[in-house]
Amino acid sequence: MNGWSELDRFLRTDPRDVGCAEAMRLLHVYVDLVDQGGDAEQRYPGIAAHLRACGPCSEDFEGLLAAVRDTP
Amino acid sequence: MAGSVDRESAEWLRDLTGGQREAAQARLHAELVRIARSELRRRAARLPVSGPELDDLTHQAAADALLAIIAKLGEFRGECRFATWAYKFVIFEVSTKVGRHFWRNPTVSLEAEDWDRLPDRFGFDPAQESESREFVIAVRRAVNDTLTERQRRIFVAIVVNGVPLDALVVELGTNRSAIYKTLFDARRKLRAALVANGYIDPSTPGRS
Repeated sequence: MNGWSELDRFLRTDPRDVGCAEAMRLLHVYVDLVDQGGDAEQRYPGIAAHLRACGPCSEDFEGLLAAVRDTP
Repeated sequence: MAGSVDRESAEWLRDLTGGQREAAQARLHAELVRIARSELRRRAARLPVSGPELDDLTHQAAADALLAIIAKLGEFRGECRFATWAYKFVIFEVSTKVGRHFWRNPTVSLEAEDWDRLPDRFGFDPAQESESREFVIAVRRAVNDTLTERQRRIFVAIVVNGVPLDALVVELGTNRSAIYKTLFDARRKLRAALVANGYIDPSTPGRS
């Protein structure tokens, strides 16, 4: 994959993307669903689209998922 | 509400609002310290802190998260386990503190524009000198011609200079949502310009 296609991947926007505020508001619900094996992406496609594009929210998602999975 | 949540969540709610609230808060604080420490370690590759500084960030994040959780306890709706809801606060605190910490020893400036690093950021081989040059010229022209001043500033800071988004939030005194929305609009406009100029093939499948 060359640099232009990487740039294209970065520049593409998904109209379903709900943005940071909504993703952060529901992140705990989304993470609980993922942790319990539910189809979070199908239930919350706008959040899934956002997490694919937003580095900081994706980092928070990974962190919260790791936290709940690490709970004794 | 306690009847509609799982047993462990109901116990947390009962303990944090009942006669044993101090002990419950201490127990929750210990959990938050553990989560904050673990999260900071998880991010260690991108966060050049260790030792006492890491401990400070851990305890600040846990303390601020505890205050927020106690203040917002009435907003817990039982849509998920209490622990997941509570841990979200400490994860967000870690993000905020990491963003703030970036400016203590910044590796980049908001004023400089490091366009020469752009090809590397998008995976060009250093040997592709002429292709890289053409790439920079095309993207830079699209940025200058199509973006508003604010969109340009945010695109250059994050994409060209590599400033973390949460660090830019601190520097510009705004929030993550506003920066992301500005960058989202900038991405859309830039792609349209680069497609119109023949640099990007609009028929190429994207990631979504």
